[in-house]
Amino acid sequence: MTWPRADELVNSGPTSHIAREFIRAGEVDPRGDRGIVERRSTVTDLAAHDADSPRTPAPARQRRGGYWWYLVPGAIGFVAVILGPLVYNVYLSLTKWSGVGSPRFIGLTNYIRLMGDSVFWTSFKNSVAMIIAMVVIPTLIGLILASVLFDYLGKRFGAASVSVLRAVFYLPQVLPVVVAGIVWGWILRPDGAFNAILDAVGLSGFTRDWLGDPNTALPMVMLVMVWVQIGYPVVIFMSALGRVDPEIYEAAEIDGAGYWARFTAITLPQIRPETFVVALTCTIAALKVFGPIYALTRGGPENATNVPSYFAYYTFFKKLDVGYGAAIATVLTIIIVLVAVGIMRWQAHSEKKELSA
Amino acid sequence: MSVPVLARAGDTVSAGQRQADRRAVRARDRFHRGPGRWIVLAIIVAGAALMLVPFALMLLNAFKSPADYSTNGPLSWPTEFYTKGLTTYWTESDYPLKLWNSTLIAGTVAVAAVLISLLNAYAIGVGRVKGRLWIVALFLLGNMIPQEALVYPLYFLAKEVGLYNTKLVVIIIFTLIQSAFGTYLLASVLGTFPKALLEAAALDGASRWQILWKVVFPIVRPTLSVLLIFFFIWTWNEFFIPLVMLIDNATQTVPVALASLQGDRLMDAPTTNAGALISLIPAVIFFLIFQRTLTRGVTAGAIK
Repeated sequence: MTWPRADELVNSGPTSHIAREFIRAGEVDPRGDRGIVERRSTVTDLAAHDADSPRTPAPARQRRGGYWWYLVPGAIGFVAVILGPLVYNVYLSLTKWSGVGSPRFIGLTNYIRLMGDSVFWTSFKNSVAMIIAMVVIPTLIGLILASVLFDYLGKRFGAASVSVLRAVFYLPQVLPVVVAGIVWGWILRPDGAFNAILDAVGLSGFTRDWLGDPNTALPMVMLVMVWVQIGYPVVIFMSALGRVDPEIYEAAEIDGAGYWARFTAITLPQIRPETFVVALTCTIAALKVFGPIYALTRGGPENATNVPSYFAYYTFFKKLDVGYGAAIATVLTIIIVLVAVGIMRWQAHSEKKELSA
Repeated sequence: MSVPVLARAGDTVSAGQRQADRRAVRARDRFHRGPGRWIVLAIIVAGAALMLVPFALMLLNAFKSPADYSTNGPLSWPTEFYTKGLTTYWTESDYPLKLWNSTLIAGTVAVAAVLISLLNAYAIGVGRVKGRLWIVALFLLGNMIPQEALVYPLYFLAKEVGLYNTKLVVIIIFTLIQSAFGTYLLASVLGTFPKALLEAAALDGASRWQILWKVVFPIVRPTLSVLLIFFFIWTWNEFFIPLVMLIDNATQTVPVALASLQGDRLMDAPTTNAGALISLIPAVIFFLIFQRTLTRGVTAGAIK
C-alpha cells in the first residue's frame, strides 16, 4: 500500500498528497503557525523544524531523549511482526525446509532454481497483465470518466447526479475483494450468467468455461480486476479536480476553449500528482494481488493466471517447499521495492522539471 | 460541484463581481442547452449500469431456489421469493459468529493501530528523535512489503507460541501492519504541528505525556478518526493472512468463511450468491455511513 527510502524520496509527492487528503478529510489546518508555506511532507517539514531549532528553549532540547519511550511499543511490535519475519524469510530462502525439523542451509540454490522455473516466469508475465488491468486501463478510463463527470456532466446536471454516478463506479472498491471474486467466479462458470447472456443474445457459439480455458482465463481475470479497480482513480481524480478554482474552467470556456482543450490544458496538469499516487499504489497492489486469483482460478488452468503471491502461497502451504516459497517472496519484495522507488524517482524528476520550466 | 457560485441576494456586490456573475449565468444557460449533454449522460449512465450488472445478477439469484436455477437458468426472474438460500448460508456458516469475529478483529486493530501510530508519530513528528528519517523510511518499507514475505515466519512463530488459529494473532499482526502506514502519515501531520501551542503548554509546566493528550490529541482527533475508519475497513477486507492463520469455524472472518465454503464446492449457485450477498452487506453499510469520509480521504485508500 505504500513506499520506501529516506531523504529526498520519502518526501516525494505521493505520500505528501495522501497526507494532504487525510488532513483535508480530518479538517486539520496543517499549516499551523507557518503561514502560507506550501507543505511538502515529512522530511522537508522535519528539516524546516530543525532550521527553527535555535528558537527551541534549551531545557526542552535537553529533554529530547525522553521521546524514545513513545517509540517502544511500536518498535517492539514492528520488529516482532515485520522486520524480524522479513529477515527470517530471507534466511529461509537460503535453506531447504518442509516446515518441520530444522532448515538446511543450501546457499543460493533456490534462486538458481527459480531462474530456470517456467512457472516463476509465467507468474511475473501475469503480473504485467495485472498491471495493465489494475493500473493502465483504470487510470486511462478513470481520467476520462473523472473529467467528463466533473467538467461536463457536473455543470449540466448538478452535483447530486454526479455523486451518485461516482458512488456507483466506486462501489466494487468497498467490497471484500474475495466476495467480488466469488460472485464473478460464478458468473463466468460454464453454467453461469455470462454464458446465459451469450445464449440469450444469440451468441451461443461463444459460450465456454471462461475461467477453465487457458486462452480466456487471464483476459477474464483482467476484466474482473478492471471492474474492481476503476472506481479508485475516478474518486481520486475527481477530488483533485475539486481543488481547481472553477473560475479557471469558466474563463477557459468563455475564451472559447473546447472540452478537449480544457482537458489537456487544465485537467491533465492539475491531476498529475494524483496520477503518480494512483500509479504507485495500484502498481504495488497489482504486484501483490492474491485474493481475486484465489477466489477465481487458484492460478489455473495450467498456471495461466498464476501470480507471484499465489505461487509463493502454494509453494509454502501446499507443496511445503518453504525455502523455495521464501525465495519467491523475497524476489517479489525486491521487485516491489525497486518499482516503487523507480516510480517515486520518476515523479521527483518530473516535479523538478516542472519547477525549472 | 462545479456550478458557478452565484452571489446571494442582499450581499454587497462589487461591479467586478456582478460582471462575473452575469458571465456565470450566461455560461450556465449554455450548459443547459443542446442535446449533446443527454448523449454523454446516456453513455456514462450505461457504463455505471454495466458496473452494477454483477450486483444485479447476484441479487436475482440469491432469492432463487436451486431447482428454479437448474430449470430456468441464471437470468430468469425467480418463480418464488426464496429465502432459504440466505437462511442456509446464515446458519451453515454460523454467520453471526463470523460477523462478531470480523468486528472484534477489525475494531481492536483500528483502535490499537491508531494508538500506536499516534505514539510513534509523537516521538517522530513532535519529539524529533534522532535518526527519524530512517525510522520513517523503515515504516514505509514495512508498509510496502508483500505479506507473502512475512507469512511463513509469522505462521511458524504463531504455532510455536500457541497463537495459531486465534483472533489475537491476527489482531497483533494487523495492528502493526496498519500502524506502519499510520505512523508515516501522522509523523508528517505532526511534523507541522503549531510549535507555539507546544511551547505555550511546556511553559505552563505540562509534561510531554500531558501535552500529547491535552494539546496534540484534541487537535489531530479528526485525522485520527479518519485513520480509524480506514484501518477498520482495510482490516475487515483483509484476506491472505486471515486465510493462513484462521482455520476453523470459531475464528474465521466473514470473507474467509465465504471463501472456504466456496472452496468446499458444497454450495450450489443460489447459495453462493446468497452467501456473497450476506457477506458484502456489512461493507456496503460502512460505505453508506462513511461515504463522505471515504471519498474525501480515499487517496490513502490503497487497494488490497
